[in-house]
Amino acid sequence: MPCSFGWGDVNVEGQIIIEAEGLTKKYDSQVAVNNLNLQVREGEVFGFLGPNGAGKTTTLLMVLGLTEPTSGKIRVFGLDPARDPLRVKEKVGYLPENVGFYDEMDAWQNLLYVARLNRIPDRVSAEKIREVLEIVELLEESRKKKVGAFSKGMRQRLGIAEVLIKEPKVAFLDEPTIGLDPDGTNRMLDLIHSLSREKNITVFFSSHLLDQVEKISDRVGIMIKGNLVAAGPIDVLAKQKLGVDSGHYTLQEIYMKYFKEA
Amino acid sequence: MEDHFSSIRYLIISAVIVMVSVFITSMVGISIQEELKGLAKPTLIFLLLFTATGKLFSFVQFIGFFGPIFGIVLGFDAINRERVSRTLSKLLSQPIYRDSVINGKFLAGVTTIAIVLAGIVLIISGLGLKLIGVVPGPEEVFRLVIYLVISLLYISFWLGISILFSVIFRSTATSVLASLALWIFFSFFIGLGSGVVADAVAPISQASQANPEAIVKHAEIQRTISLCSPMNLYGEATSTILDPMRKTTSSIILMGPLERLSISRFQNPLPLLDSVKIVWPDLVSIIAVTFVCFGICYLVFMRQEIRTV
Repeated sequence: MPCSFGWGDVNVEGQIIIEAEGLTKKYDSQVAVNNLNLQVREGEVFGFLGPNGAGKTTTLLMVLGLTEPTSGKIRVFGLDPARDPLRVKEKVGYLPENVGFYDEMDAWQNLLYVARLNRIPDRVSAEKIREVLEIVELLEESRKKKVGAFSKGMRQRLGIAEVLIKEPKVAFLDEPTIGLDPDGTNRMLDLIHSLSREKNITVFFSSHLLDQVEKISDRVGIMIKGNLVAAGPIDVLAKQKLGVDSGHYTLQEIYMKYFKEA
Repeated sequence: MEDHFSSIRYLIISAVIVMVSVFITSMVGISIQEELKGLAKPTLIFLLLFTATGKLFSFVQFIGFFGPIFGIVLGFDAINRERVSRTLSKLLSQPIYRDSVINGKFLAGVTTIAIVLAGIVLIISGLGLKLIGVVPGPEEVFRLVIYLVISLLYISFWLGISILFSVIFRSTATSVLASLALWIFFSFFIGLGSGVVADAVAPISQASQANPEAIVKHAEIQRTISLCSPMNLYGEATSTILDPMRKTTSSIILMGPLERLSISRFQNPLPLLDSVKIVWPDLVSIIAVTFVCFGICYLVFMRQEIRTV
């Protein structure tokens, strides 16, 4: 069920920075992503929805150049991530699902390590580390505790700090709220929203928690069994699928409609 | 991302190696000191510190046996620990090439091994100078440098093996067990196996015991099979390099009366270059197995899907 989704009739000014065309990934005979066509524009928050095993993470890995597509094309800032991985990785930040850290080090040391991997000179990185730790509200704990003693919420926020330290143009967040308590979830969502609004970072985040996606996304893509079955602003999808105007639907209803059809 | 030098296991294994090495050398040094009483300007004595067995075993034998453990300790969880702690995908998403990770792990291990080996050899040399009071000549120093290079390659082979298993196996316990199993196989079973195969292919019966050719054939088969083990390659190469009086890597040589006479007449040490020529095949084999091992490790890592990484 190959589908193509651009912007349709939605008026958006940002230029296209992620573009997938016929993107397919197979693991042996199993199709993880099937003929994906997608565009993401600068400055938007794109929520990538789907059940577990739908192909969300595989898509993210292909966009990042961490795994090669079986067929199809992907362009990030006009660059092919498989052929030009370093230039793509310089521009993007990635928060993997259940992000890991060097637990025997403190938050500051973890960030310093990431800064060095990004060739940020030590004289510059100290200020940047302080700045990102303030953003994620971890400055106080950054030197007091080893990361191994951090709570799940603190670890996720530190993960965001690691993304921010390199000042990315796009942040790929894979299930950033998974395992967080309601307060932690809200703080994380506020943080993601502020990245887009205050720092003009394009956010591409995958989740299967629909209410969260609905809160902060400008557009959503729905991935089911490796196929992108829908993409667009939530109100447009509601109109297309449910035939209702704004305010008379939930993302849950839209999603379930697509899910049952798929 | 704990570095080798600050990890507890590195400190423990280094301490064990240094302690045993210093102990062996002290014993050997004291006995050499007693032997040398009354002798003036003895030559080629210094290397005995490394090769003489004393009451237990020599330093060279100790490194040949225990060196692999050092390599395994440095590499058995190089990749799978990153995988288990979920830092590998994050690391690979940074602007670095994928092979930088595996190259970095290997080179860090090799550098650590080089520093430790050089440190031990310097400690032993210093201790030897104090105990026997003989200053090594330039040739002895060169022989020690070559010995260091061979030892570095040998331990790096085991480092490569353990990193390979850390790429293949997700569990650190499995990778360390696999490395140890291979070490036991190469250390003990190849030696036993070579004897069994030689007995089967060229048996030495009561009748053939007087036949030197049958004995040499048996020994050659046993030696050829035993050289499949890096430990035997290392043993042969280092004992020849550090012992200038040793003129062949073979333990049994078939020679006629004239050859025997000429050997007994010219009991001079071999020049360094000739010793190198003798061990050259062993040296090339050690280099080859080390690079092949790392090459396999590199390929397996580079071809792994990130989702399984």
